[in-house]
Amino acid sequence: MSKPKLALYWAASCGGCEIAVLDIKEKILDVDAFFDVVFWPVAVDFKVKDVEAMEDGEIDLCLFNGAVRTSDNDYMAHLLRRKSKLLVAFGSCACEGCIPALSNTTTKTATLDWVFADSPSTVNPDRVMPQTVTETPVGTIELPEFWETVKSLEQVTDVDYYVPGCPPQAHQIWGVLEAVIDILENDKPLPPKGTVLGAGDKTCCDECPRERQEKKIKGFKRIHEVMPDPDQCLLDQGIVCMGPATRSGCGGLCVAVGVPCRGCYGPAPNSKDQGTKMVAALASVIDSDDPEEIERILDGIVDPVGTFYRFSMAHATLGKVVVGTPDSSGNGGES
Amino acid sequence: MTTTTEAPLREPAVVSTEWRPRIIAFLCNWCSYTGADLAGISRIQWDPSVNIVRVMCSGRMDPTFVAKAFSMGADGVIISGCHPGDCHYQEGNYKTLRRFHLLKRLVEGFGIDGERLKLVWVSASEGDEWAATANEMAAKIRALGPLEVSS
Repeated sequence: MSKPKLALYWAASCGGCEIAVLDIKEKILDVDAFFDVVFWPVAVDFKVKDVEAMEDGEIDLCLFNGAVRTSDNDYMAHLLRRKSKLLVAFGSCACEGCIPALSNTTTKTATLDWVFADSPSTVNPDRVMPQTVTETPVGTIELPEFWETVKSLEQVTDVDYYVPGCPPQAHQIWGVLEAVIDILENDKPLPPKGTVLGAGDKTCCDECPRERQEKKIKGFKRIHEVMPDPDQCLLDQGIVCMGPATRSGCGGLCVAVGVPCRGCYGPAPNSKDQGTKMVAALASVIDSDDPEEIERILDGIVDPVGTFYRFSMAHATLGKVVVGTPDSSGNGGES
Repeated sequence: MTTTTEAPLREPAVVSTEWRPRIIAFLCNWCSYTGADLAGISRIQWDPSVNIVRVMCSGRMDPTFVAKAFSMGADGVIISGCHPGDCHYQEGNYKTLRRFHLLKRLVEGFGIDGERLKLVWVSASEGDEWAATANEMAAKIRALGPLEVSS
C-alpha cells in the first residue's frame, strides 16, 4: 500500500508555523515514515506544477498556514483545496488572519506607500511600485495582485479543520499528527468537520498558573512600565492580558513568564469575536462608576483595536462595516 | 342569497425612495422598555426608524450584540437602561457604563463615527424622554447618512 500523502504550504505568513512543525524534533522522522511528503516549499523541492499535475483529492492531508492577501495565495488555497481530502487551516493566519490582517485597518494604497516609499529605511524618489505586469527587454514579468483586504483561509475556500496558535505549539502539532496517523492507520472515524484541533475548549485563564482575585483597578499599565508580581493575575495588576478572551491550548506559556497573553490561540470556544469579548472582560475590572474617571482609566489602553484583534482581525465583526473610500490613504475613517 | 364581491384592488402604496436609517435600540426590561411603552400608551410619536430589542438588563448587553447590529446593517445603536442607582439588578447599568466607554473606543477604532452609538438612561416614567431620545438619534443618523456593510 502506498503511503498517505501530506502537503504543507505557506501563504501570507512569517514562516513560524513551518518552523513549529520542525519543533516536533525527531518525531518528524515518524511523520516522514508514515506520510509521503508531496509538497512543502520550505523543506522539500516540489513545485506548484507538481501539485497541478495531481489528481483531485490525491493529497490526504494538507496543512495550510498563512493568510490570503494576494491572488497567488488565493490560487494556491483553491488548488490545494481541490487536490486535498482534508484541508487544515494551520496556525493563526490561516485560522483568523493574525498579524497580516492587521493591515485591514488601513488601505492597500497606504500599505504599499509605506513599504515601498515612505518608511524611513526606504529610498524610492521615483515612487516605483510593484506592478502585476511589467514589460522588460527579455519578456513579460508577472506578479500576483495585492488585495485590499487580508482574508483567512475559510473566507476563500472550504476548510475541514482548524489548528490555532501563533505558532501552534509543538506538542499540539504532534498531538494532531498522531491522531491523524491513528485515524488513517486504523480506519477510525474523523472528528466532525469544522473541529478546532490541537487546542483546549476553555480560555487561556484556565491554564494560567497565576492567582485571580478579581480585583478592581484604577489604571492600566503596559508591561514595560512595571515588574509584575510573579503569582498574581496580570489583569488584577492592571496589565492588559487577552487571557479571558482567548482559547486555551498553549499551556499558558506567556503568562507563566510574566508576559500578558496576546491572544494568539484566537477567540474562546463559542465566541466568534475576540475583540468584543475582550471589551466585556476588560470593562469588568475597572473600578469606577464615573464616566470621566472611566475615560481616564481607559486612556491607559493603547490601541484597543490592534490589541484586541491582534490575531483575529480578518474575523472582526465590525470589520464588515465599510468606512471611507477604499482608495484613500490613511485610515479612511468617517470622522 | 348573498353574493360575495371581490374586494377592490388597493391602489399600490407609494414607495418612498427616501433613505430611512435603521437604528437598533436595546432597552432594559424594567425601566427603558416600560418607558418606551409609556410613550406608546401616551400616544407620543417617535421616529419609526428606531427598532427596539428588549433585554432583561442593560448589563446583559454583550458588546458583540452592538458589533453584530452594525455588521448587519444598523446605522446607529442605542443602549438604554435604568438611571444609575435604579438598576433592578443593583449594578447592571454600571457594568454597561464601563463597557460602553471601551466599546465606543473600539467602534471609533474601526473608523465608525462614535455618535452612531449612544448610551442613555430612561426610567419607566420617562415616556417623553424616550421619544425625545429616539427622535434626536434618528435626526443625528439622518445627518450622518447610511453605513455601508460588505458582504
